[in-house]
Amino acid sequence: MASAKRVLSDLRVFGRGYFRNVAGLFFGLIFPVVLILILGAIFSGNNAGQITVYLQNQDTSVPANLPSVAENFTQVLNSTGTLNVQLVPVSDNFTQYLSDHSSYDGIIIPANFTNDYFSEKPINVTVYGNPTQSSNGIVLGVVGGITDFFNLQRYGGTHLIGITAAYIGIGTPKYIDFLVPGLIGFAILISPMFSMVNISSEYKKSKLFKQLSLTPLTKFEWLMSKVLWYVFLSVLSFLFMVMVGVFVFGATINLTVWLIPFFILGPMLFCSLGMLVGTITKSVETASVVGNIITFPMMFLSGTFFPISLMPDYLRNFAHVMPLFYVVEGLNNVMVYGNVMAALIDIAVVAAITVVVFVAAAKVFKWRED
Amino acid sequence: MDPVEVAALKKYYGEIKAVDGISFTVKQGEVFSLLGPNGAGKTTTIEILEGLRKREGGDIKVLGLDPWGKGYELHKRIGVMAQGFTFFEKANPKEAIGYYADLFGVKADPEGILKEVMLDDSANNLFENLSGGQKQKMGLALSLVNSPELLFLDEPTTGLDPSARRAIWDVIRGLSAKGKTIILTTHYLEEAEILSDRVAIMNHGQIVAMGTADEIIEKHGSGERLEIHGSEELANYIKTNTDLKVEYNGKGLISVTLKGRIDALAALAAAEQSGLEWGEIRTRRDSLEDVFVHLVSGTVDEHGEIKTDEGKSSKGSS
Repeated sequence: MASAKRVLSDLRVFGRGYFRNVAGLFFGLIFPVVLILILGAIFSGNNAGQITVYLQNQDTSVPANLPSVAENFTQVLNSTGTLNVQLVPVSDNFTQYLSDHSSYDGIIIPANFTNDYFSEKPINVTVYGNPTQSSNGIVLGVVGGITDFFNLQRYGGTHLIGITAAYIGIGTPKYIDFLVPGLIGFAILISPMFSMVNISSEYKKSKLFKQLSLTPLTKFEWLMSKVLWYVFLSVLSFLFMVMVGVFVFGATINLTVWLIPFFILGPMLFCSLGMLVGTITKSVETASVVGNIITFPMMFLSGTFFPISLMPDYLRNFAHVMPLFYVVEGLNNVMVYGNVMAALIDIAVVAAITVVVFVAAAKVFKWRED
Repeated sequence: MDPVEVAALKKYYGEIKAVDGISFTVKQGEVFSLLGPNGAGKTTTIEILEGLRKREGGDIKVLGLDPWGKGYELHKRIGVMAQGFTFFEKANPKEAIGYYADLFGVKADPEGILKEVMLDDSANNLFENLSGGQKQKMGLALSLVNSPELLFLDEPTTGLDPSARRAIWDVIRGLSAKGKTIILTTHYLEEAEILSDRVAIMNHGQIVAMGTADEIIEKHGSGERLEIHGSEELANYIKTNTDLKVEYNGKGLISVTLKGRIDALAALAAAEQSGLEWGEIRTRRDSLEDVFVHLVSGTVDEHGEIKTDEGKSSKGSS
């Protein structure tokens, strides 16, 4: 019979050792957080998707009885959320200024803009850009839309056809919203996997398993304590990542009880897989090579760093045979889409794989030799 | 019933006969040594007794139990210090003892145990920072946590410097004095001679001699001899004029086998009578080392470790 006391005692010794090992601590806890900071900063900074455009307002002589249309125009440009408007002093040479700031995108509002607008004289807003850059089309589109709006306004016209922007899911999913579940899946994979591959081959070599087999600790209890430890570690690293995601990048995270199955099954699956690899290989070196061959493709191709919808078909099919894919997909379903029904399928798949790998590992793994 | 009873024990690894039909018993409170060169089958034997390996044939009872079938029960009653003991790198001896106590479900006194194995000064040092001797002492300490009736110590001093070895010997002697039954494997002759009540010399999976050191010398050694420095001519003279067994080693040393003290007088009288030159005389017995070298056809190096030419090609240290 499994004894909770023995499991906890083994857990205590293992956990204490884990916290005393700086390298393990870094890879297990800190590394995923560092990744989220780096990837989050690169792909979903606060100005994500905004195009910086330089604007020179040459409309300096506005009659006192009129509001500055040029300033209005600039405000509307800024409020689209698409453009990040940077003002260029009138005294500066505009094209020189653009090249000094390594930019192609610029707008010039000509002198007498307000005056001409109210006196209904044709005026031209100049848009600078590089036709080979996608930003040029966006800037032209935005400026075009706004000039149409100002033209209509002047003649008291109204829009007949309007557009409402809409998104599916909870609010607007951003890259960071996908990145957090992806990296949680990543943490659930790498800590138990690398550690168990190493431990089970290393303990076999140093005969530590043999030694433990001479105590009342059973191999099941030993494995239990490892699973418990990595469940704890996964939850801890989840909390870190959620905090970084929410407080640093403003991620939207849906915390539900449906996360729990993934935090139990995931570490159990990868502990068993790591142990299986460490047990069937003959040496510590082979174990680590085989472990890497399994871990690295799974790490990149399971939708951890980017959604698999961005991948070509053949890679997408490949992702579907990775156990981690179902963990990450399930976490996305729970945390981003709030789709519990779809997550249940992922849970079922992960549970089935876990049972198979766990039984295989428990069968192959021996305390003592014949 | 004796704590350990072994009859016709066999263990083969393919073609290699690691243990080839050995029998012995170990008595209550005894220190029993399995002595032999590397690859003689000592560790295989001890691991079968501990229930770590399955036997091929023969009958064994350890504390009345079949070690393979009843290993789980047996392990609560024995203490084992494995060859090349290792532990979790990031745990210290005190924590290790607490851990073992929890596993065995016993109350342990870490300070007391560490004192007993003379490791109390390193109680809080991580395993990875302990010296070789301290690591072995920690192995000893862990083997004592469950207050075992029977202790297995597999090469407890291999690889240690002489002072560390002596320190371990002191610990083992202390345990023996407390009445523990101890089975020890070693390839150091001195260690076996100093620590054990009885020795079994193993070679090629077989026991080639067993008993107390004196019994082994008595049985396998040449007995007491008189050695005389002299010529072959003198040897022949003594041979013809007495009914003693006389050998000449070709290098100026005559060896006369003595059945009794009186034989020495007869040999010396003959030597004196011959009128030939003779020099230094002395009487000599075979030491355990002489017997050992003779039995395993090996040599003993300057550290007291046994070397055989065949031993090197045998299976590892099993």
